[in-house]
Amino acid sequence: MSDLLRNIIRFVLFLGLQVYILDNIPPLHRFIIPVIYYLFILWLPFSVSRFWLLVIGFITGLSLDYFSMTPGLHAAACVLIAYVRPFLVNLLTPKEISEFNYREPSARSIGWAPYSVYVLVLTFLHHGYLIFLEWLQFGTFLDFIIKVISTTGISMLMILTGEVLFPRRLKFRTNTA
Amino acid sequence: MRNIFLFIRRYYTFISFLALQVVALSMLFRYNKYHRAFFLGKANEITGYINSKYDKVDDYFHLKEENLRVHRMNDSLINLLRNNFSVADTGSIVVTDSMRYDTSGMKQRYLWREAKVVNNSLLEQKNYIQINRGSRQGIKDNMAVINSDGSIVGQVVNVSDNFSQVMSLLHVQSRVNAMMMKSRNSGTIEWDGKNPLFLTLRGIPKSDLIAIGDTVVTSIYSFNFPPGWRIGTVKEKVDDKSTNFYILKIKTAANFQNLQQVFVIENLQKNEQEKLDKDTHKKVDEINKRKQ
Repeated sequence: MSDLLRNIIRFVLFLGLQVYILDNIPPLHRFIIPVIYYLFILWLPFSVSRFWLLVIGFITGLSLDYFSMTPGLHAAACVLIAYVRPFLVNLLTPKEISEFNYREPSARSIGWAPYSVYVLVLTFLHHGYLIFLEWLQFGTFLDFIIKVISTTGISMLMILTGEVLFPRRLKFRTNTA
Repeated sequence: MRNIFLFIRRYYTFISFLALQVVALSMLFRYNKYHRAFFLGKANEITGYINSKYDKVDDYFHLKEENLRVHRMNDSLINLLRNNFSVADTGSIVVTDSMRYDTSGMKQRYLWREAKVVNNSLLEQKNYIQINRGSRQGIKDNMAVINSDGSIVGQVVNVSDNFSQVMSLLHVQSRVNAMMMKSRNSGTIEWDGKNPLFLTLRGIPKSDLIAIGDTVVTSIYSFNFPPGWRIGTVKEKVDDKSTNFYILKIKTAANFQNLQQVFVIENLQKNEQEKLDKDTHKKVDEINKRKQ
């Protein structure tokens, strides 16, 4: 399967999961809202250029926004993590090119510890910015802090569990492809 | 000049990042103010189409509750039928949905349309409901939306050709006129964004004797909502020391978890009422000006 097709399928699956399952399950608590659709941006191949990352991030966020009727909210947060992602990838991946020939970030390609840091930082940024924008219009400061921490926690839990339960088949970068 | 181009090329991604952020944020803040957003009409059609497909499957899980609600509603309507009353009693029936026009008949005030909920959110602080009727079916902004069991759900804020978005009562910007069914004192229903089971009612004076469990209905002063439809029941009474009003915690009558069939209600005399209201303000202002 080509990268393009894979990612288009992923896009549809992640949006569907977020809109029809995670946004519809009865809430455990008003602070605990699982959000994992942005994993699509985290899983994009390394080869995507920084500019296209931003554009894809914007489109992903906006698509979700039109479902949840908050135009621009998720788009802003997605553009932020799409902008920060290349810096983190540079920091966390091995410098030797010869050792490193995976196509996209995953627990097995860059190691569990760096991958967890990568996901944690971007999750925190995404939720922090998203809930900050919501808080600007409504809510108290304490709500904001608790909500950022609890949503980051539940999202991290879901992402890492998902990573263990459904390991992605890794694609190597080869000369022929 | 050359330096400017060099600068733009060097910080190309950063500039595009800023540009996209500005676009996203301006969309967000504009939407919150006017409930209008760029490309919303077309996007609404697309999300509405996908939602209605998904909804076809989801429907089967709520059939039982829906059936019960419809049955109860039917029951309450049958009780209103004229042949249930003897002649002596007909004078005391209050028919809320129509207004006496002249001796020859009635003039209709509220027009009810049925609609189907295709998407619903509960978890956010701004919850919207999407229904499968739009401007082509005559839906306009500010129309009231009532659940199939006759409890208030929200009001329409935005319409596209075939779908409309409804601002749920569970929306921190939602304000609905309400009154106590017993005393007819009116106040405002709002939501504090916390628990989707409870609303807040403000503006009921402390002179009112309120008991836990009293029913709250839509006010007779509202332009959008037909009067007398259930909003909820009083769950808790907070004595606000700083004012002369209670803050009441209201348990919602509608079950927002499984909305399915709803009614959209149009006030056929709303334009007239609003125009009169506006003209009155204008007239009084002019009189005041002339006095000065």
